[in-house]
Amino acid sequence: MSEIPNGGEGLSREQQRRANRSLTARLLVFTAGSFAFGFALVPLYDVLCKVTGIGNAEAKAGRAEVREAVDPNRTITVEFIANQGSVGSYEFYPRTQSMRIHPGKLYDTTFYARNLTPVPSVAQAVPSISPGESVQYFHKTECFCFSPQKFKPGEGRDMPIRFIVDPHLPAKIDKLTLAYAFFDLTQNAAR
Amino acid sequence: MAHATADHAHDHHDEPAKGITRWLFTTNHKDIGTMYLVFSLIMFFVGGSMAMVIRAELFKPGLQLVDPVLFNSLTTNHALVMIFGAVMPAFVGLANWMIPMQIGAPDMALPRMNNFSFWILPFAFTIMILTFFVPGGAAAGGWTLYPPLSIQGGDSFPMLIFAIHMMGASSIMGAINIIVTIMNMRAPGMTLLKMPMFCWTWLITAYLLILVMPVLAGAVTMLLTDHFFHTSFFNAGGGGDPVMFQHIFWFFGHPEVYIMILPAFGIVSEIIPTFSRKPLFGYDSMVYATASIAFLSCIVWAHHMFTTGMPLAAEMFFMLATMLIAVPTGVKVFNWTATMWRGSLSFEPPMLFALSFLFLFTIGGFSGLMLALVPADFQYQDTYFVVAHFHYVLVPGAVFAIMGAVYYWLPKWTGHMYDMRLAKWHFWLSTIFVNVLFFPQHFLGLAGMPRRIPDYAVQFADWNMVSSLGAFGFGLSQIIFATVVIKCVKGGAKATAQVWDANPRGLEWTLPSPVPYHSFQVAPEVK
Repeated sequence: MSEIPNGGEGLSREQQRRANRSLTARLLVFTAGSFAFGFALVPLYDVLCKVTGIGNAEAKAGRAEVREAVDPNRTITVEFIANQGSVGSYEFYPRTQSMRIHPGKLYDTTFYARNLTPVPSVAQAVPSISPGESVQYFHKTECFCFSPQKFKPGEGRDMPIRFIVDPHLPAKIDKLTLAYAFFDLTQNAAR
Repeated sequence: MAHATADHAHDHHDEPAKGITRWLFTTNHKDIGTMYLVFSLIMFFVGGSMAMVIRAELFKPGLQLVDPVLFNSLTTNHALVMIFGAVMPAFVGLANWMIPMQIGAPDMALPRMNNFSFWILPFAFTIMILTFFVPGGAAAGGWTLYPPLSIQGGDSFPMLIFAIHMMGASSIMGAINIIVTIMNMRAPGMTLLKMPMFCWTWLITAYLLILVMPVLAGAVTMLLTDHFFHTSFFNAGGGGDPVMFQHIFWFFGHPEVYIMILPAFGIVSEIIPTFSRKPLFGYDSMVYATASIAFLSCIVWAHHMFTTGMPLAAEMFFMLATMLIAVPTGVKVFNWTATMWRGSLSFEPPMLFALSFLFLFTIGGFSGLMLALVPADFQYQDTYFVVAHFHYVLVPGAVFAIMGAVYYWLPKWTGHMYDMRLAKWHFWLSTIFVNVLFFPQHFLGLAGMPRRIPDYAVQFADWNMVSSLGAFGFGLSQIIFATVVIKCVKGGAKATAQVWDANPRGLEWTLPSPVPYHSFQVAPEVK
């Protein structure tokens, strides 16, 4: 093999090969980094949502500790909506469609769910509150959505939620909607 | 291994090996470039046939030809074939052919990886096309693969994910090869800022590729584990979020659209100066504009997701950042126009395609600006207006640039001039029909016709019929393209080294036509 002059700064073939190899290695590391970055976006996304309050991150958060400070002069409507992640596995609806409430006071209500399948199942409710800017003022001190719910075949039951609306809720908001999506986790739980 | 044999042959012979092994084991950048281009042309016709069925179904309201699931499979796979099978391999093929010749290198820096990155592609697309024949049919949830719909697919789902992984691996290897070639293999004196624009745009594209293709690989891997291993990346019931997929996907997806247009900018920046008989106006600003577009493309992804709901501040940011891209793009369009200003223009087929690109791509850019506006986007989201927009930037944009590039360099590759009359027929028919095909889709979209639906309200019937007629015309015109290319490969008037009497600039024109199998074994002098 004869020495053929070529390449960037007139390198020898061997130098050229070494330079190529080292740049290739660095680019492969860059590629691996990009792949890792794709996965890093998952926690980053959650962090960003928590920091900015986007996407109801607060609504999905756990038990809130709040003290009652009732504002009897203000009345707000809270509506309850039930959605299903997949059709056919559960019956799922709110026992009360809507409530008139005062901010700063604790209220209780229930959602009813029944397992329609002939096998034991597990489900998880994921809450969503709208309008989005009210999320940080809606606190749940007790909720069936805090943990997966187990059902025997055909079992149905009422599931409680206790909530309080912060009196600092912006004055322009007079109606809140609390929606639950009910997801069948039986497959995932069985892993 | 087989590659070793090929390398051996490569060192000792000046002529290519005979028979099929030449193509299987080749490490020669010209052979690999040719294979990429041929593969891309085949995929162009495969994806085009899918589009023909789609437009035939949409010729009139009601369900005529295909059932809705197959229709959705066709739209999904048409997109994947055209993006990953036609446009991207065509650019990689052009890069393989032209970059070593333009920077005075004897070959690509990593010839064996080059062979590998090409040969994965036929396998990837075989797997993808085979999904049409598995139970449940091919993926039908759109090329964007949004969960939860995409992970509810049948056997096609894991096959498609595997195929996408292979395509991704192929483009990543291709990109690494191009970066190493450009960074390390330039002839002495060929400084970065003396490189032809095609090399510059490809260098930047290659960096975008290794930045975002792995992110796509990650996203589809997450889909795969959500489906088979019950992870909950995108499953709300398990604490995940389906909207997160859209964020990750579009972090890949938006730079991807620039991956498909930046090399086209490079091609147009080669063709227009040649046939204007003037140097490119504002070379440095072209380089900086390309880099700015690449940077901005990475921070605007959420404009694909305005209707998923996001805070006003985020909508404003993504809207304004998106509109900002119009500035460097405008710099480019004005530079091309300024290059032609008082130039001595002639209208050979490559120039015709470049000019058509300039007009029609700009139309696509303007409809993109309309889509960037948040309140307008709420109306346009998922309508045919979006379809019209991205087809304007991809067909008379990317595809016309590729065709212009083929018409520009084909005599250099084959040593023959092609049939100019036939090429001009191809140009005029394509340009007329592409507008008949896509322009009415703007009207349909503004009137509210949703995309990805096999049926539509009767009020949309007239423009759909016009659009379908345009599609058939455009599809048939491409047979002329294939004819011109095949005829030119087989023979024709001898091309000179210069090919064009317009005196084109660049090292590739100092080589004889056809280019010898090995070129620039001794690095040329660059002044």
